[in-house]
Amino acid sequence: MSALQTPLVRRLLRLKAVKPAIFVLCLLPLGHLFWRGWSDDLGPNPEQTVIWTTGLWALRLLLLTLAVTPLRKLSGWAELARLRRMLGLFAFAYALLHFTAWFGLVNGFHTGMALRDVGKHPFVLAGMTALLLLLPLALTSTNGMIKRLGAARWQRLHRLIYVAGVVAVFHFWWGKLAKNNTATPTVYAVILALLLGLRLWWAWRAARSRRAAAAQGSSRSLA
Amino acid sequence: MSKRREQGFEHAVASDITPKEIYRDRRHWLAAATVGAAAGVAALTSRHARAVPQAIAQPAPGKLPALAAQKNVALSTTQTPTPYKDIVTYNNFYEFGTSKSDPSQRAGSLRTRPWTVVVDGEVHKPRTFGIDDLLKLAPMEERIYRHRCVEGWAMVVPWLGYSLSHVLKAVEPTANAKYVQYITLLDPAEMPGQNDPILQWPYVEGLRLDEAMHPLTLLTFGLYGQVLPNQDGAPLRLVIPWKYGFKGGKSIVRIQLVEKQPVTSWMRAVPQWYGFYSNVNPDVSPQNWSQATERLIGQGGAFGGLFAPRVPTQLFNGYGAQVAHLYQGMNLSKFF
Repeated sequence: MSALQTPLVRRLLRLKAVKPAIFVLCLLPLGHLFWRGWSDDLGPNPEQTVIWTTGLWALRLLLLTLAVTPLRKLSGWAELARLRRMLGLFAFAYALLHFTAWFGLVNGFHTGMALRDVGKHPFVLAGMTALLLLLPLALTSTNGMIKRLGAARWQRLHRLIYVAGVVAVFHFWWGKLAKNNTATPTVYAVILALLLGLRLWWAWRAARSRRAAAAQGSSRSLA
Repeated sequence: MSKRREQGFEHAVASDITPKEIYRDRRHWLAAATVGAAAGVAALTSRHARAVPQAIAQPAPGKLPALAAQKNVALSTTQTPTPYKDIVTYNNFYEFGTSKSDPSQRAGSLRTRPWTVVVDGEVHKPRTFGIDDLLKLAPMEERIYRHRCVEGWAMVVPWLGYSLSHVLKAVEPTANAKYVQYITLLDPAEMPGQNDPILQWPYVEGLRLDEAMHPLTLLTFGLYGQVLPNQDGAPLRLVIPWKYGFKGGKSIVRIQLVEKQPVTSWMRAVPQWYGFYSNVNPDVSPQNWSQATERLIGQGGAFGGLFAPRVPTQLFNGYGAQVAHLYQGMNLSKFF
């Protein structure tokens, strides 16, 4: 395909500036939060503002990361794949900030107190689990680690993000259940279900065509 | 929508409105007169004293009509009141929406005049009170209470009101009266949040009769020297300082004395997390998070006070000396 026939979006996605631009975009929520803090605009309960904002962006970025592959397959924009790692790392970074804010501001960095909370409340346990599931993915996100693990094993490991997504949405939903206000988490759950459902559907179709091919192959050999 | 707030509260009884200057002078005078008394009752509250006990609350920066009241030092904490702007913009009042800023932005649609409160049920003399009758039923007091939300934050609020017991005595409860339930206005046109089936409307809360009769249980008409802003539960609400904030029903239209323990709105919505008593208790956290500590709103400091440490939550929100006897022999983890 000549450059002229390539769709504009794909040509844009190939620009060198795309990655730095997305990088800056991902930093905006944090920058905004920092600006609000600097200008004394975090509201009457700054602790809650910081914890909620970082948690919400962690979840949004996690869903964005999970949206990359379906979007790429549906649109054919192969260039999207280049952005996936950065989005995933930002999701982890916001989750880490979310955790640090909870650990520091709510628990005053008291490990014992935080652990009691984790042990007692499934809502907190879920959040912690999601973070711990993302940790090995962040640590093995480099090209070197992909080589060291081998692509197949690396890919299997990184399927943990599906579990992390489910647990994170559960964490959000469970948190809002306390105020009987689960409308927003339900929207996130539907989006996640869609993103994971597409993958299941594709996997099922691939398995079926493999089986069909195998069946065809064996019947031919019998003939 | 905020037109009414701009115009101010429509106050029917001129005598209820005291010019601000006179009112403030009176408060200064009262404050001076009560300094001696304050020392005597310090034992009640000293555990919670922060720095120097301050004799009077900050003047109200709001635009609402003043509500004259005598300061009740004996029943007031010596903690510094939370800034007015936080008390009137950080609200849980689902009748106007679920976000904290919804009530202050949307409660302008609530008409608080005319307003009546039906007090009936297991009583000898059921009555319908007009709001002006209620404003005059007993001497108005200013009480500075600690206010602890189940969400883990706290404020210090200079409320204006009098003990609910005055009203209950006026209707003469029968021997069958064991509980009191109080019901918030149901009017989705004025309370847009009621179009959202997030809770079963109207909002219902309740107390055991002895809790309701306790002098600390405050039928509240104002804060910071002025009538209540709509978002804080105008024209009248309940404040039970040793319980989580949601126990204090707002914009109340009916108070019923009943024989059986009422099913409150939150008990109905999430029964495993909200019990009837909902006493502040650092060791019992049936909800999602620990109740061991709380964040005091409006302390100021860098990043809006973000790095100010939380403070430990106290059993019965620090009112144990006055109310612990109500729960003698009760398992507080079971009856949360």
